[in-house]
Amino acid sequence: MSDAAIDPVPRAETAAPEAGPRDFLLLLKPRVMSLVIFTALVGMLAAPAGPGPVIGFAAILCIAAGAGAAGALNMWWDSDIDAVMKRTAKRPIPSGRVAPEEALGFGLGLSVLSVMMLALFANLLSAALLAFTIFFYAVIYSMWLKRATPQNIVIGGAAGAFPPLIGWAAATGTVALEPVLMFGLIFMWTPPHFWALALFAETDYEKAGVPMLPNAAGEAETRRQIWIYALLLAPVAILPAFTEVGGPLYLATALWLNGRFLRGCLAVRRRGAAAAAGDGFKVEKRVFGVSITYLFGHFAALGLEALLRLVLGDYAAPMVLL
Amino acid sequence: MIPKTEHELHKRRKGRNLALGGALAFFVLLLFFVTMAKLGDGQMIMKGY
Repeated sequence: MSDAAIDPVPRAETAAPEAGPRDFLLLLKPRVMSLVIFTALVGMLAAPAGPGPVIGFAAILCIAAGAGAAGALNMWWDSDIDAVMKRTAKRPIPSGRVAPEEALGFGLGLSVLSVMMLALFANLLSAALLAFTIFFYAVIYSMWLKRATPQNIVIGGAAGAFPPLIGWAAATGTVALEPVLMFGLIFMWTPPHFWALALFAETDYEKAGVPMLPNAAGEAETRRQIWIYALLLAPVAILPAFTEVGGPLYLATALWLNGRFLRGCLAVRRRGAAAAAGDGFKVEKRVFGVSITYLFGHFAALGLEALLRLVLGDYAAPMVLL
Repeated sequence: MIPKTEHELHKRRKGRNLALGGALAFFVLLLFFVTMAKLGDGQMIMKGY
């Protein structure tokens, strides 16, 4: 692919002289950030010791800012491929509203500030985990894996899995089995979630030269991998029910959500390319939607379990096996 | 005399400056409240001996 195909319009001709506040907000990937805030908050609420509302709020803000900074760095690095994909062409850099250097400065500045403030507000462990997450997303995933291997999302998914671990570490100053399981839940969920999207957005990734599984290994292999990851994900998602952070509510939610997700992934696995193209990837789009409620449901249940323990005490103690 | 015509650029810059000012004010308040909370918890006891 030539450079002209990647960046068809010279940036100097399109760049706006002053980007608005909204453009900088979009650089932070607010939708990803909302998931980061939610999972980090649950990680913090589920922890046995709380940092108090003010410090807890400040720590969550730092984690969100760090995640946003990583998003800005990702947008800076990926602006060439963002310009050729329909889904990302309107982002602030490829559309010319924010200059790449501005995005880089913004991302780096916010990264340093968020890590430094989290160390001061909470503790060094959580700050170190946040710094590693930003590095992992910006360097390991964006700069290295994304364009190098169709397994990019498998390893890169770790970056999105860290927030509950950071939230827990900010509250307690330690890491335990429970936040590691929360990490595992997001880590194992990421591949089937993204591959379901990649199945119906395949042409876009191909155009940008990103080796997503459907265009690198074929649609049939992607469907098989979605099913395998859904099978591996289920026990990881159910296991927290039998730890200090779980309980009957979480167990019931996890069983229902995993049953629903497995059924959807099996339907994806059994379909062929012709059937999917025939109905406009209806099943794949549905599974992608289900995968979003799947993750939200698990973390909402963990949050509710934390609130129940606050009101009822250690009511689910007989269920704790791990 | 310099004509006082407001360009689109000025509008954008004003919006950006206001947002930056708001963010800084919020940051100052955040530092204040976190300091108060930490002092209340006894995490920042100043020893005068």
